[in-house]
Amino acid sequence: MEKTYAEINAKIKAGKAVVVTAEELIALVEEKGLSKAAREVDVVTTGTFAPMCSSGVFLNFGHCAPRMKMHRVWLNNVPAYGGIAAVDAYLGATEVPENDPLNRHHPGEFRYGGGHVIQELVERKPIRLRATAYGTDCYPRRELNTIITLDDINEAILFNPRNAYQNYNCAVNLSSRTIYTYLGVLKPNLGNAHYSTAGQLSPLLKDPHLQTIGLGTRIFLGGGVGYVAWHGTQHFPAIQKDETGRELGPAGGTLAVIGDLKQMNARWLRGTSYLGYGATLSVGIGIPIPVLNESIARWAAARDSDLYAPVVDYGEAYPNRIPGTLGYVSYAELKSGKITVLGKEVPTAPVSSYPLAREIAQILKSWVQEGKFLLTEPVWLFPSPADGLKPKTLG
Amino acid sequence: MAPKRIFLRFSADKSEQPIIYRLVKDYDLIINILKASVNPQKEGTMVLEVTGERYGEGLEYLRRQGVGVQPLIEGITRNEERCTMCGACTAICPTGALYMKRPEMEVYFKEDNCIVCQLCTKACPMRAMEVCF
Repeated sequence: MEKTYAEINAKIKAGKAVVVTAEELIALVEEKGLSKAAREVDVVTTGTFAPMCSSGVFLNFGHCAPRMKMHRVWLNNVPAYGGIAAVDAYLGATEVPENDPLNRHHPGEFRYGGGHVIQELVERKPIRLRATAYGTDCYPRRELNTIITLDDINEAILFNPRNAYQNYNCAVNLSSRTIYTYLGVLKPNLGNAHYSTAGQLSPLLKDPHLQTIGLGTRIFLGGGVGYVAWHGTQHFPAIQKDETGRELGPAGGTLAVIGDLKQMNARWLRGTSYLGYGATLSVGIGIPIPVLNESIARWAAARDSDLYAPVVDYGEAYPNRIPGTLGYVSYAELKSGKITVLGKEVPTAPVSSYPLAREIAQILKSWVQEGKFLLTEPVWLFPSPADGLKPKTLG
Repeated sequence: MAPKRIFLRFSADKSEQPIIYRLVKDYDLIINILKASVNPQKEGTMVLEVTGERYGEGLEYLRRQGVGVQPLIEGITRNEERCTMCGACTAICPTGALYMKRPEMEVYFKEDNCIVCQLCTKACPMRAMEVCF
């Protein structure tokens, strides 16, 4: 059975497409079998909502009089990068305000940063823009201190170089002191285990061979419409295997995404603070998967019990880049609330919101059903596990 | 004597009288104002830390002035608009007051089990957990 993007989009326009979320597909396959489900379903929606540090927004403020070639730029005292054109700047999600105490009194609180400014921009809150310049003949102004809101400025293009991680470590702490990481507070001596995924709802986990998600894929991004712009940084897609060669689900793929911030919504773009680690932005992403053939349906119907995360010690091994894992656990085991590591029962918790991921998949489903969201065929398919990309390291 | 914390309520007509000044001058109490606010109806609330031997007399003075006096009860509330139900608090909470309902993976807060240890207020990435007086 083969369907094309054109056929599926025609059905969407006619209001006749059969759309289900990835969770609903799992139930459908169990009920009717894979072949029947693959024939019936046209589109499967996925969703995820979690901190995504490699995020930020390209801004163009418009020119002041006299004109200015902005050199150093601050938004609510958070530095933005001005080393592009005169009134262009990039504000990164993890940048902290000038004079932030950071980890001087460890663990620092990181209450405010680029991610929080981005959320406030979307909320149409007034933001203080300050800039300095060295002045040129054509751009003579040297200082600017003013208030802007999102609708005052020309462009605000959300561009996130690495989002929607295909899979991620399950972090534990083998050391004897509490540690503060991007996966939250980890208690000593295997006190807890934290993981971050939407599991069976997660976009790239449901397209392990990158067959449908590629350059130009139209997505739900931050509450509005966005697009996949490239593969993300550190894109090393692979299929995990245990010592016996048994497949344990995919890991390593990432996406770069882009969209117009002005049509997004602060429910899906939130400033976030990780104690002892830093400030960041939590992003909501949803990606539709066209059921072009049975193989795509089979991957899209993977369950939490088929998808695995490596357990990694963040006390000693991870910070020192010591390779190896403490074994693999399935997302079904992680979601049960307890896993066993080194013979000890360890309570688990996610840092990624499954209820919000579910909501995103439902919203995207209704957009497609209502005929207002058409699927796009990727212009270019990204490297997949078959390409065997391996990470390079520094030093 | 260790400092004691009390919660005070002032009616509109009391908010403009120098009552706290009297606690210091007449009862020799060392005070630290932790929180003070006056609403648009001119009713005031205050969280006060008080140290001094004549603490009991000071409290009686306040009551005679018609100021509402109660011991300070600290509690934790969850700001439901900020909470994204990520779950990061659930393995940190020592009493299980913050817990996950499975398989929905929704986070619930059972205030009765909360011992106000305040670990969640720091661990919550959305800053949804707040200490309130």
